Amino acid sequence: MDMQVAKKKLGLKEKYQVMTRGLDWEPSYQKKEDIYPYASYEGIKIHDWDKWEDPFRLTMDAYWKYQAEKERKLYAIIDAYAQNNGHLNVTDARYINTVKLFLTGVSPLEYMAHRGFAHAGRAFPGAGPRVACLMQSLDEIRHAQTQIHALSNFNKHYNGLHDFRHMHDRVWYLSVPKSFFDDAVTAGPFEFMVAIGFSFEYVLTNLLFVPFVSGAAYNGDMGTMTFGFSAQSDEARHMTLGLEVIKFILEQDPDNLPIVQRWIDKWTWRGYRVLTLVAMMMDYMLPKRTMSWKEAWEVYFEENGGALFKDLARYGITMPKCAETIALEKDHLSHQAWGTFYNYGAAAAFHTWVPEKEEMDWLAAKYPESFDKYYRPRLEFWREQAAKGKRFYNKTLPMLCQTCQIPMLFTEPGDPSKICYREVDYQGSKYHFCSDHCKAIFEHEPEKYVQSWLPVHQIYQGNCFPEGTDPTAEGFDPLAAVLQYYHLEFGRDNLDFEGSEDQKNFDLWRGQATKNG
Amino acid sequence: MSTVFIALQANEDTRPIIEAIAADNPQARINEAPAMVKIDAEGRLTVRRASIEERIGRGFDLQELHINLISLSGNIDESDDELTLSWHA
Repeated sequence: MDMQVAKKKLGLKEKYQVMTRGLDWEPSYQKKEDIYPYASYEGIKIHDWDKWEDPFRLTMDAYWKYQAEKERKLYAIIDAYAQNNGHLNVTDARYINTVKLFLTGVSPLEYMAHRGFAHAGRAFPGAGPRVACLMQSLDEIRHAQTQIHALSNFNKHYNGLHDFRHMHDRVWYLSVPKSFFDDAVTAGPFEFMVAIGFSFEYVLTNLLFVPFVSGAAYNGDMGTMTFGFSAQSDEARHMTLGLEVIKFILEQDPDNLPIVQRWIDKWTWRGYRVLTLVAMMMDYMLPKRTMSWKEAWEVYFEENGGALFKDLARYGITMPKCAETIALEKDHLSHQAWGTFYNYGAAAAFHTWVPEKEEMDWLAAKYPESFDKYYRPRLEFWREQAAKGKRFYNKTLPMLCQTCQIPMLFTEPGDPSKICYREVDYQGSKYHFCSDHCKAIFEHEPEKYVQSWLPVHQIYQGNCFPEGTDPTAEGFDPLAAVLQYYHLEFGRDNLDFEGSEDQKNFDLWRGQATKNG
Repeated sequence: MSTVFIALQANEDTRPIIEAIAADNPQARINEAPAMVKIDAEGRLTVRRASIEERIGRGFDLQELHINLISLSGNIDESDDELTLSWHA
């Protein structure tokens, strides 16, 4: 007689052991150093890879099950959003410019993260981190794909989204996020994990996703809200991987501490500089705002990051020194960034504007120390000039920081009336920096950062014109040639929001949605 | 004592989970934001499988949390019965 005996299911901890360590093997005919050639050159010492454990104890079988569920939910909503012309429900068409910035600046980074974690996972001799890196690598390619799918719906209707991948490799402000990730993936596997897994995912990613996605929800963009939350549901696991990796490295050998501390200092600053774009998006580009950049920084970095570094103090890790500079910048960052984009609005693949009066009042309430004193007068002046037909578009290319590649727009710590300039002489050339922190990063690894592909330098060297361009021809217009090289259409993708095709179309279509046309 | 937090999407799946967390962690503060709920707690926060199962009337695998999880902080420990977030300092 056949008896069905229910097999005893493994507990979570046992299952995790079986599905990670249990799948690993010891090589017999190849040396370990040959199989894992990148595991030691960074100076990190690991004695026992089995000490690493994923506290979620997620295994691949469970991973596929939950990821499939997330995808089913996500695509049902994206389809419904597109079928229902959901894009017409956003607060106003200015909002769509945040989506353009996200697709051109952030989605390609997801793809690079996919590559980076695949590489790091392959490089680690331990089965635990290898499985966790494999999952994160798959998550990241999922994020790139779902973002491209969700945002392609906007591309059917609005300008500036038509060639995001081409733009990411060329457009001046997109070199900021691009070079950040290229910097990380060209580091060794341990530095990559500290850079992206810990400093970016654990310390800073909440500042990117939570306010952006909550902002999308608040501004009626269900498509973005959905891919954002779907991606963010993976982030909790990434943050956990980042934290566990740091603890694991530090517990393995006391010699690892100074190396890790240097990486944390470097990558917290590098990541923070990239978030300049997020600061400006939160304070200026969302028509309905959830919280200010400053508030988000206080909640997610000062409070949450503060707790994290207090916890890591038992290993000897201290809060990165750049936190003091960042605290001085938080009243100024978004205003200085938006002012720069307003100046260079002719060379950006999204629209810019001066905030409405009520929006300025909101900014004044959120930034009582700085907005009315330094930034409102400037914005009002620009508005007056534009009303007189003298809208100012800056055509002089800015000096860029050699490390973060941001134009030199930041002011001296503690003195918002003076631009901060730093420079270093290295092998007969002069290099320029936006801050002491970017300068210090360069000084530690000049061989790496002298190779930076700086958009402004490249334009001046004649490398950013379409093939066949003759810059000596009479009447040559360098800006027009650069925009062609970017695949950015003058008068459609750039300039003021006021009077743009996006604005006109959105008003027309929204009107048709409520009346018979 | 430092604060830990867990943030979940606001939907019908998470409503009973949030109720369970609130009942099991009297020190927790529930903060509602657009489309999400962020739960802060001093020092420590525990998500108990049994409390969720009582509210939803079926078996629940704590790993189902991943579907609606947005973010969290603190050191994590997960077993079949509970997920704990805590700071050591």
